[in-house]
Amino acid sequence: MYKITERTVLSEREIEFWIIAPRVAAKAQPGQFVILQVDQFGERIPLTVCETDEASGQIRVIFQVIGKSTAELKHLNAGDELQDVVGPLGKPTEIKNYGTVLVVGGGVGIAVLYPVIRGLKQAGNHVITILGAKTKDLVILREECAMYSDELILVTDDGSLGQKGLVTDAMKAVFAREEINQAWAIGPGIMMRYCTDVATKAEVPIYVSLNPIMIDGTGMCGCCRVLVNDQIKFACVDGPEFLGDQVDWDGFIQRMHQYHPEEEEAYQAYQEKQVQLNG
Amino acid sequence: MGKRSFNKTPMREQAPEVRQHNFKEVALGYNMEEGQLEAARCLQCKDAPCITHCPVMIDIPGFIRQIKLGNMAEASKILSRYTNLPAICGRVCPQEKQCEMVCRLGRSKKFEPVAIGKLERLVADWELDQPTDVTDVPKDKGKVAVIGAGPSGLTVAGDLAKIGYDVTIYEALQAPGGVLTYGIPEFRLPKRIVRKEIEQITEQGVKIETDAVVGKTITMDEIMHDFDACYIGVGAGTPNFLGIPGTNLNGVYSSSEYLTRINLMHGYEFPKYDTPVQQSKHVVVIGGGNVAMDSARSARRLGADTVTVIYRRSSEELPARVEEYQHSVQEGIQYSWLTNPVEYLSDEDGNLKGVKCIKMKLGEPDDSGRRRPEPIPGSEFTIKADTAIEAIGQGPNKVLLDTFPELNKNKWGYIDADEQTCATSVPGVFAGGDIVTGAATVILAMGAGKIAAKEIDQYVKSHHSMATV
Ligand SMILES: Cc1cc2nc3c(=O)[nH]c(=O)nc-3n(C[C@H](O)[C@H](O)[C@H](O)COP(=O)(O)OP(=O)(O)OC[C@H]3O[C@@H](n4cnc5c(N)ncnc54)[C@H](O)[C@@H]3O)c2cc1C
Ligand SMILES: Cc1cc2nc3c(=O)[nH]c(=O)nc-3n(C[C@H](O)[C@H](O)[C@H](O)COP(=O)(O)OP(=O)(O)OC[C@H]3O[C@@H](n4cnc5c(N)ncnc54)[C@H](O)[C@@H]3O)c2cc1C
Ligand code: SF4
Ligand code: SF4
Ligand code: FES
Ligand SMILES: [Mg+2]
Repeated sequence: MYKITERTVLSEREIEFWIIAPRVAAKAQPGQFVILQVDQFGERIPLTVCETDEASGQIRVIFQVIGKSTAELKHLNAGDELQDVVGPLGKPTEIKNYGTVLVVGGGVGIAVLYPVIRGLKQAGNHVITILGAKTKDLVILREECAMYSDELILVTDDGSLGQKGLVTDAMKAVFAREEINQAWAIGPGIMMRYCTDVATKAEVPIYVSLNPIMIDGTGMCGCCRVLVNDQIKFACVDGPEFLGDQVDWDGFIQRMHQYHPEEEEAYQAYQEKQVQLNG
Repeated sequence: MGKRSFNKTPMREQAPEVRQHNFKEVALGYNMEEGQLEAARCLQCKDAPCITHCPVMIDIPGFIRQIKLGNMAEASKILSRYTNLPAICGRVCPQEKQCEMVCRLGRSKKFEPVAIGKLERLVADWELDQPTDVTDVPKDKGKVAVIGAGPSGLTVAGDLAKIGYDVTIYEALQAPGGVLTYGIPEFRLPKRIVRKEIEQITEQGVKIETDAVVGKTITMDEIMHDFDACYIGVGAGTPNFLGIPGTNLNGVYSSSEYLTRINLMHGYEFPKYDTPVQQSKHVVVIGGGNVAMDSARSARRLGADTVTVIYRRSSEELPARVEEYQHSVQEGIQYSWLTNPVEYLSDEDGNLKGVKCIKMKLGEPDDSGRRRPEPIPGSEFTIKADTAIEAIGQGPNKVLLDTFPELNKNKWGYIDADEQTCATSVPGVFAGGDIVTGAATVILAMGAGKIAAKEIDQYVKSHHSMATV
């Protein structure tokens, strides 16, 4: 069992846990993730390891509530226990000194990006960070990202914080004024796809972090497959980071919808049950 | 004693009309009377050929004789000398190609062989209901790590614990059992049986740590440092794909994903369990082995209207067990022989709507001695399908291997280990099961485990004695 030691509400839809998982805490590097399962009935839920504290054996994860399993997580409190936490899974981000890097995070992708930012800064890069979300409250981890960024650009769809517009607009502006050696984009599929287009046009290599539907996370089922450079890759073991211009985006985005009817059914049933229980 | 019947004593089964709608076990087992009737068919041969064709050389006439005498405890004791997983092997062993193939009774034209597997199951199921007598052996001989809790790893662990080793199994998933847990469906191998056989092993003092992916959660360096020896039994768990156009459409599965959703994650009990599996109407399964049968029969049970297995050779070459094939036909599974898929067809939303296939003919024999299937030009046709499941084999899982380059591999990427000893190129590291042989059988994986346990004992002893010189 894996105990949740701290629970913090970051936004309307985003929650943070610290969990005791000493083995993961000792090994996880930026870009890696865990799979957790609440109990025997639960799904195996992949979440990025946002931070570790090796001394106390804890890991930090941040999740967005979008369906049944994440809603169930949300109802857990400090002191509760998860049946399983396994990791760290996936290949770590290739952290080294590239020179000047541009990192772009959108929505809950910021939680996935944050350890990458920290790693890149500690490796001596000049880090320019763009964070974007629908509205001000959804731009999470602002201060922490700022700590490890040489420049932080904030973008919201509604202009409630920073520039009004899209992260791609901000990217274009940076590319226009600065030579960037390597870029990252982490967020919703559509966002990563457009970021890839912008970076590729500017001839800057860009990494994206793919989050396809997974089960085991150990290369055993093939559920997480994506076409990269026309080859079948398993995101859980070959990724999750890939070069954006090599990804078959249509295939990737379409496979994310595979279980929409079932997911909706499960979420609705869960919400109805919650209403019954809590009035 | 009356006359021997020509045929095996039939085992009661759920009727096909009933069982195709549930996941309960198909074969219901013998009762004592049926078992004794069947046991009486055995000729009690002197140099029994059945023994030499069992990969773990079970004293078959010996245990069958005890059944006939009604002495189940003794029968069970005999089995336990050779096998740690009799309730499992009695159910899933390809008996007709092993012990039963050479049964002397079956050699005479009129008679079917003795139902050895079914008798083994009878004894094992009886034993599972008895309290285990655990001989409390002090665990002072040494520390051994076992990687992977499939049949191979479980066997090594059980055997070593019995003779006084402190054994820890590291398992990547949330539950032990390997393919027994995530692959072979409930209706052929109830998970209750798997759990009980595993309990008998943990009662010997074996520790199982789940959620431990060796190579990620724990490194091989740490294992080599903390233990006197280790055994790698990580299986051949990486699915192959044909790679034909449309492989990434929604509705195209590997059998590993399909069966994992159903078995490990209980997808057939969605939404009580959260993991979904597609509710399909028309299913196409590609392949002809046990894995294909299991996928097809599972799809049927999930409510598919049509399930078609397409196989590129003919019915004679079908590698699946005859019994499984017959069961599947009774359950309404259709077969399209000499057929190969060439493309998955998509609707406008990226969902599978059909499988384009081509007819094959058998040409000259290939390396395996089987006639090579060749496409017949112009014979393309389409099968309507919303789900396609590829059951075309697995390859070595690289999660551990990639982090352990010191270990020699063969040309297919499996671990290069000595068949006689399970020794690898790294001293103290042993390996066996599917990760050495490629996808094979439960009993072979278990057999390797038996060998490895003896060799590991030898290795640790000689090592200790060297250390004390
Ligand atoms: C490597 C990786 C890292 C991730 N890191 C984070 C993170 O740090 N924070 C975060 O909020 N989310 C992260 N995710 C996504 C997260 O796992 C899903 O949002 C979650 O599993 C959805 O579960 P649900 O039942 O609440 O939603 P559902 O209603 O079941 O699904 C909503 C959508 O989420 C996706 N999804 C569903 N099941 C899975 C699954 N088993 N695996 C992956 N995606 C799925 C599908 O696109 C689906 O349409 C990550 C995913 C991956 C693969
Ligand atoms: C659907 C299906 C049906 C089958 N039907 C039959 C049948 O009827 N009869 C028969 O005899 N055989 C059958 N087989 C084959 C048989 O199941 C296998 O040959 C056998 O299970 C191999 O055993 P193993 O111990 O080598 O590996 P596995 O059973 O594959 O177990 C390996 C275990 O290691 C774990 N693991 C992998 N990597 C790591 C790591 N890095 N760290 C920790 N743990 C790890 C895996 O999670 C798994 O639990 C079938 C196989 C399948 C897939
Ligand atoms: S283990 Fe398999 S081969 Fe050996 S006796 Fe039992 S069924 Fe036959
Ligand atoms: S060969 Fe057949 S008849 Fe002879 S001992 Fe074995 S099971 Fe009995
Ligand atoms: S999640 Fe199963 S192979 Fe990646
Ligand atoms: Mg879900």
